[in-house]
Amino acid sequence: MALLSKKDTKLITDPLADNNPITIQVLGICSALAITAELKASIVMAVSVLFVLAMGNVVISLIRNIIPSKIRIIVQLTVVAALVILVDLVLKAYAYELSKQLSVFVGLIITNCIIMGRFEAFALGNGPWRSFLDGIGNSLGYGLILIAVGFFRELLGSGTLLGFRVLGDPIEKTVLYAWGYENNGFMLLSPMALIVVGLIIWIQRSRNTSLIEE
Amino acid sequence: MGLKSSLHQLKEKYKGTKMAPAFNALHTFLYMPNETTKHGTHIKAADDLKRTMNIVIMALVPCLIFGMFNAGFQHYAALGTPVDFLSWDAFWIGIIKVLPLVAVSYGVGLAIEFLFAIIKGHEVEEGYLVTGMLVPLIVPVDLPLWMLAVAVSFGVVIGKEVFGGTGMNILNPALTIRAFLFFAYPTWMSGDKVWVHGAVERAGTADAISGETILGSYAQNADISYSLSDMFFGFIPGSVGETSKLLIIFGALFLIFTKIGSWRIILSTIVGALVMGLIFNGVVDAGWITGTSKFYGLMSVPFWQHLLIGSILFGAVYMATDPVTAAQTNKGKIIYGFFIGFISILIRVFNPAYPEGVFLAILLMNVFAPTIDHYVVQGNVKKRMKRMQTKTV
Repeated sequence: MALLSKKDTKLITDPLADNNPITIQVLGICSALAITAELKASIVMAVSVLFVLAMGNVVISLIRNIIPSKIRIIVQLTVVAALVILVDLVLKAYAYELSKQLSVFVGLIITNCIIMGRFEAFALGNGPWRSFLDGIGNSLGYGLILIAVGFFRELLGSGTLLGFRVLGDPIEKTVLYAWGYENNGFMLLSPMALIVVGLIIWIQRSRNTSLIEE
Repeated sequence: MGLKSSLHQLKEKYKGTKMAPAFNALHTFLYMPNETTKHGTHIKAADDLKRTMNIVIMALVPCLIFGMFNAGFQHYAALGTPVDFLSWDAFWIGIIKVLPLVAVSYGVGLAIEFLFAIIKGHEVEEGYLVTGMLVPLIVPVDLPLWMLAVAVSFGVVIGKEVFGGTGMNILNPALTIRAFLFFAYPTWMSGDKVWVHGAVERAGTADAISGETILGSYAQNADISYSLSDMFFGFIPGSVGETSKLLIIFGALFLIFTKIGSWRIILSTIVGALVMGLIFNGVVDAGWITGTSKFYGLMSVPFWQHLLIGSILFGAVYMATDPVTAAQTNKGKIIYGFFIGFISILIRVFNPAYPEGVFLAILLMNVFAPTIDHYVVQGNVKKRMKRMQTKTV
């Protein structure tokens, strides 16, 4: 017997491609612009959202039948807030430098549209196991784009990857820099993140034309 | 067999294939096409898109040639061994520094245009002809060619093709290219080194030379060593083609005479710049700002001199008048131009890190042009409705 049924597998694979939260649903754009100047920050953000969304989906799904629908947004916010504080404290304890660098953006996971969106659209109407899978799938789809954008922005903007000088040393003028190459400062500015996300959307839609809306 | 008929045969041979647009473009670029329209009545006009583009290019050629002479002239002047302006020595620097910029700009830009035409299966449009000529004129002479190539591909793809190609773009492609260069490689696009050939490579050595522009000197409250006639005729450092105000005025008259450029935009841009300059002069005269302020130098420039320094005239004549990105209504053109001039001088004065803002102002107003048009049209509709109501009453 397969680990996951066909229907359950779709919960994970769909958000990775044709129902991607960033490129198709256009959710969570703000953080995709704000923290993707470096690959490391993108990865940490992706992992944090993975934890918050998967756990949050499970919790909301478990209590979905006892939440009065009038105050459900507040309940959802409380759950996210608790999880985000957890992530924030863990980061502060084990990766202090990084948590300083991510600063407010970890806290702002609370306002990440993907999280509230999945709570509302999925966890409130499905069981905990399926909600868990949905959370994993959507945050993987989110993380995928985040990491892709972070990869190109750090590589072209700073000439590094995860802090390693893969293109050579810009001051000592080694490897690529010896040929007169220079880092593209525009890549580090947020507008370029939007353009990179746009290019990814462009590529995705030209590969699968059924995604193009009228 | 002449070139024309062999081109025509090539075109017939590739008709219907993927490469057809490329051969069509080559054919129509050089000759009038053989095809005639078959149905209905048509008005025949001589000024098609290609002709329009060519007239702008003709207006730009004097600026380019002047820029080539000026590149060498400024180089030798900064070295301390001045040569005559119209000398072979000066022109030679222009040939080896400016012509490659032109070649890269056209080569990369047209290659991308052809590529998109082949992929999308439409005809190659002439839109890049003017952009390709404008780009080398608005960059510093020492800009590395690969940077220009990267910027041109960015500008053509993101600035134009994603919006649907020629005639559909929101932003002026030439200025998109310049903005990309400006934000991506600021060390090559601003400062006191890049404007004179040779200043960058000599920086930090014993025979370092300055490449400071007049705006840069003003921004540092420094004295200006150029006379007003130098500024007017263009014997000053700056981007390749924007220094000679005399030739730009000739170009402007030519564009207005041929009805390619809108006199409303050109005039209102100049008025906008003068108004902002007057306001700043007023602030200085009123004593609200003292000589110790870092804005004093640029604010105290006599308002009319703002037209002689920097690229405001070049922007007003060749950039703001781009018919695709400018406002379309007559009243809209005046508002659009006024704000370009107004904001240009505003950015110029309050942006001490990079003391020039014409391209930013034009890009900003490009974005607002449709909004301006919308309100002008709505205002007209309202006026007419009112007139109709009073008549019927």
